[in-house]
Amino acid sequence: MSDTTMASPELTTADGVPLKKALVRSEARAKRRAFLLVAPLFLFVLITFVVPIGQMLFQSVYNDSFSATAPALDKWFSEHPQGAPIDESAYAALASDLKTMKENRTQGQAGTRINYDVAGTRSLFTSTARKIDRLEPPWKEAILGVNEGWNDPNLWRAMRSATHPYTIDFYLAALDMTRDKNDNIVGVNPDRAIYGKLFWRTAVLSFIITVLCMILAFPIAHLLASLPLAKSNLLMIFVLLPFWTSLLVRTTSWMVLLQQQGVLNDLLVWLGIVNNDGRLEMMYNKTGTIIAMTHILLPFMVLPLYSVMRTIPPSYVRAARSLGATSWTAFRRIYLPQTLPGIGAGALLVFILSVGYYITPALVGGADGQLISNMIAFHMQKSLNWSLAAALASLLLAGVLILYWLYDRLVGIDNMKLG
Amino acid sequence: MALPAYASPLEKTWHYAYLVICALIFFFLIAPIVVIIPLSFNAQPYFTFTKEMLGFDPAGYSMRWYDLLLTFGMQEPNVERGWGWWMDAWQHATWIGAAKNSIIIGFFATVLATVLGTLAALGLSRPEMPFRRAIMAVLISPMIVPIIITATGLFFFYSKTGLAHTYPGIIMAHATLGIPFVIITVTATLVGFDHSLSRASANLGADPRTTFFRIIMPLILPGVISGALFAFVTSFDEVVVVLFVAGYDQQTIPRQMWNGIREQISPAILAVATILVFISIALLTTVELLRRRSERLRGVSPG
Repeated sequence: MSDTTMASPELTTADGVPLKKALVRSEARAKRRAFLLVAPLFLFVLITFVVPIGQMLFQSVYNDSFSATAPALDKWFSEHPQGAPIDESAYAALASDLKTMKENRTQGQAGTRINYDVAGTRSLFTSTARKIDRLEPPWKEAILGVNEGWNDPNLWRAMRSATHPYTIDFYLAALDMTRDKNDNIVGVNPDRAIYGKLFWRTAVLSFIITVLCMILAFPIAHLLASLPLAKSNLLMIFVLLPFWTSLLVRTTSWMVLLQQQGVLNDLLVWLGIVNNDGRLEMMYNKTGTIIAMTHILLPFMVLPLYSVMRTIPPSYVRAARSLGATSWTAFRRIYLPQTLPGIGAGALLVFILSVGYYITPALVGGADGQLISNMIAFHMQKSLNWSLAAALASLLLAGVLILYWLYDRLVGIDNMKLG
Repeated sequence: MALPAYASPLEKTWHYAYLVICALIFFFLIAPIVVIIPLSFNAQPYFTFTKEMLGFDPAGYSMRWYDLLLTFGMQEPNVERGWGWWMDAWQHATWIGAAKNSIIIGFFATVLATVLGTLAALGLSRPEMPFRRAIMAVLISPMIVPIIITATGLFFFYSKTGLAHTYPGIIMAHATLGIPFVIITVTATLVGFDHSLSRASANLGADPRTTFFRIIMPLILPGVISGALFAFVTSFDEVVVVLFVAGYDQQTIPRQMWNGIREQISPAILAVATILVFISIALLTTVELLRRRSERLRGVSPG
């Protein structure tokens, strides 16, 4: 009701409540009811998904394994600014901390933390802590007597920065950067820069897989969309069965097919395309990763493409033909542009999924078919550098979230379809 | 797809070439899954077809790898196969133990994901839902975020809260991973839902609960069941989270397979894979039948 009609008496419900107020109230109630239905799940996902990811982000900037074990050095560093000479008082603090570490058996933990920054320093902590009870002041002389390595200014710089539990050092490491002895951020030695290359390789392989999926999905999606439903539903089984089959099963079958003594090589030898000594190496390298992942992700490309193609009226192409276009022109100018939303949705989905793939590269990838996820798993399970794993995972997460946001903007999550 | 009568020879050639290309791509999709089925009956410990197999000689085929699935891990596999032997297999065989774990975890994760997911989908499909898009994005994200990141986060979270190495921990994690599938399938069913039906029910005197169980539930049930099957398959196939947060004795089928493939791949893995393929065929058939039923119920009939 606008103000111009105020002259007429206010509309009310049967109970005498103004209509406007009643409407607002009932809308609020409906809103609350909808929200209450979603709330339990939202809370559940918050606890089992959002909080753990938050914890991972925290782990990537927080590491107290040195700061918690070296209180005396922490005090000395806070009293002496960067660049102060490493004198007797510093070594006294170090000796006191090494004693505490030996009592609590934390020298390995502290040494490992410094080792992340300056390679080869873990043994300094363990060996010196072992002998610390037999040493006597003056500390500088005594400790340097055990190991000259303590004289390294870079080591002291690393210890200073490790006394702050909050650090961005793990992100620097994940981006192939480090600090020099004056605390300036520099790139690491090119032959030790592995993560940048790995991120790049992940992106390139995912791109290749996406393009291959696009090329393979387009013809069959088009065929499925142009056949009558009864037939296309039957053919759809060929797409949906792989979709429903266990990922490990599909990876296993590719291992069986691609092995040097496997089915595909046997077939090629039998056909005389390669001879018995020249069996192709298709597994434990990039080729294996690309073939297996293309197969596994192909249904994610076919399904969105199919659902878009189904809605394209065939009369448009027919109209183009009757207006004189060749079949190629009609396809290129009329049909293809209409399939673009499907291509975009499928390509984005396949790319997002392949960037984070872990299982398939781990099993068929060998050394040069590994992706960034495999490196995260390596640091979680083998090298136990959890903070670095968390930093790498956070960078990957940031990339995936940007793509997810893009997907939501371009396609809309509501339009995601499964089978 | 029929070729028009006016098609030129070039177009005819291209049309048949196109059909051949499509056939090859379908072959690429299905062959890797089909090929492991005969190989799992191999009498030799090889991963390729032996001469006997290609000649359909019965001596080339055997059930030995299926037998190994039963006997592996048993205490006395060589005694006579009677009641005691089967009891031994049920209690001690490694793969049977893994299957039991997988089914228990999968069942509870599915129940949790389906109940919570269906309720949320009902809320999300109401037009008055506030922050609909943002909440939907959060709820779907477990499907998008790489599994290794989720597993890493859960590892840190569970080791602080004591949920690591527990069944509730794994079940909750698997439920989270299955939720997006439930939400997507149920909201897809609700898109075609005629809300005047529930209004009519209320008009005829039914309270909201009766309306839900007698009117809404039967109509969206096909979608709910497909979502539940998706959630079950997700849990049944999940290995990374289990590797990160489960205890050593909490073996599941995928984890056992993973170990088997990494250490020394034996045709026994192919026997498991074959069984899993048949399970997925059964699930796919169920989902397909449900989808058709749902379409019939909603009056959108395919040709």
